[in-house]
Amino acid sequence: MSLNTLRYYFREAATSIVRNSWLSIASVGTIIISLLILGGSLLLVLNVRHITSTVESSLEITVFLADGLEQEHLDRLEEEIKFVPGVARVQFVTKEQALEELKESFGERADVLSGLEEDNPLPNSYRVKTREARMVPDAAQQLAELDGVEQVRYGQGVVEKLLALTHWVRIWGTVLLVVLGAAAVFLIATTIRMSVFARRREIGIMKMLGATNLFVRMPFMLEGMIIGLVGGLVAVLIINFGYLSLLNKVIITLPFIQLVDDPVTLYRVLGGMLGLGFGIGAAGSAISLHRFLRV
Amino acid sequence: MIQLYNVSKIYANGVKALNDINLHIRKGEFVFLVGPSGAGKSTLTKLICREELPSRGQVMINGRNVVRMKNREVPYLRRKIGMVFQDFRLIPGKTVFENVAFALEITGASTKEIKRVVPTVLRMVGLEKKADMLPAHLSGGEQQRTAVARAIVNNPVLILADEPTGNLDPETSWELMKLFLDINRRGTTILMATHAWDIVDAMKKRVVAMSHGLIVRDEESGGYGYES
Ligand SMILES: Nc1ncnc2c1ncn2[C@@H]1O[C@H](COP(=O)(O)OP(=O)(O)O)[C@@H](O)[C@H]1O
Ligand SMILES: [Mg+2]
Repeated sequence: MSLNTLRYYFREAATSIVRNSWLSIASVGTIIISLLILGGSLLLVLNVRHITSTVESSLEITVFLADGLEQEHLDRLEEEIKFVPGVARVQFVTKEQALEELKESFGERADVLSGLEEDNPLPNSYRVKTREARMVPDAAQQLAELDGVEQVRYGQGVVEKLLALTHWVRIWGTVLLVVLGAAAVFLIATTIRMSVFARRREIGIMKMLGATNLFVRMPFMLEGMIIGLVGGLVAVLIINFGYLSLLNKVIITLPFIQLVDDPVTLYRVLGGMLGLGFGIGAAGSAISLHRFLRV
Repeated sequence: MIQLYNVSKIYANGVKALNDINLHIRKGEFVFLVGPSGAGKSTLTKLICREELPSRGQVMINGRNVVRMKNREVPYLRRKIGMVFQDFRLIPGKTVFENVAFALEITGASTKEIKRVVPTVLRMVGLEKKADMLPAHLSGGEQQRTAVARAIVNNPVLILADEPTGNLDPETSWELMKLFLDINRRGTTILMATHAWDIVDAMKKRVVAMSHGLIVRDEESGGYGYES
């Protein structure tokens, strides 16, 4: 294929896109929306998975103890905790350690806590981990009934709620993506059909002059691919900059939340979006040419 | 060069356009195809460039069987055949130069080759000064010369012309006919369907007369015949 042929393909594709500018814009817009939904849901699901895995690993039950328990009582209590169903690990945390950790979590503002060492208000505690997140509620209830236990605390259902959220995001994201993706394919097919119609005389002349099927079809294929790529590119830019600014905001305002910020994962999401945009464009063209341009 | 053996064509609507035609055309011949409207002249040219397939019989060009040819080979057959029609079939948005260049672009020719070949061909048909004009700004004769230039730019072995002077006045028709004669003298075979009886009579070329899908007369250096 000569350079001139390649130039011809692109020139003709561009001419068609401009000639059908309204339909082209509608197609690009639909692709952008479908890809935004894809990118948005993907990032949401990835983040929730990321957050729940970090929450889950630190998901533990804190068992606050009454003050002034004897060592013997403590030893017995630890044995009893280990026998509660679902419990995987037990760790004793002294009130001094607890204060230290609290200070760490306050970071630079730890000085508000200074002076508490003399009269530490924090109780001694046991940190209990369960084998699975769903075992937490039952275990916590049993732990609360043990002798010497003042209070029991755990991340009340946060994990479950987050996981339920991703479940729905996945389902509705997929449904929306399929519906809008199909709409985008249909719109592109219509655009290409209009282009073929506008050029039907020219196509007849091309065939008379001995143009191959590839030569006749290529500009129309390219037209759909370009529309798909443009839509993909715009969606990728929106998601990229939108997500980066979200990351920056979250780092400042919610420093304890860990969002997905690993570049490889992000590039994969963006690459997938671009690829899907291209695929939608190519599919729309192919369907239209198959149906309306039998050469 | 062209051989039709027992060719019949029945269209999907049942019209019998050709009825058991046998025709042989040698390389370098100039053949007029005459006959009343509906005689089957256009159908015959369409079978040769494989725009239509015969219902029966075989069509050979340069020893190649056109009927048995695979679809993907058809473009390469058509590049060897220059076609000229009554309605010119130029692309309105392209200039004279671009219209002629298009036939080369389709074959994957380079820009360099196009710039070398197209001006030569335009000079041959006398349109070198109108290269940058759009078809709409040309006279009918000039438009048809553009179409002829496009038909010959790929060095075809055969030119199929279906009533090429049908839209032209007598004087312009004669000029165009001289151009075809010129092209024929350079060795290109020409098969031309026409109603221009005065030209056919004057040119003293082979005349194949058709009527109702049959060849009714085939004469070397014949005349138009059925009216005069
Ligand atoms: N595509 C077609 N479908 C059906 N009938 C056709 C078609 N093309 C031509 N015909 C019929 O075939 C006959 C021969 O037509 P044609 O070859 O165009 O004759 P001519 O060119 O000599 O006027 C006519 O009766 C015409 O109506
Ligand atoms: Mg005809």
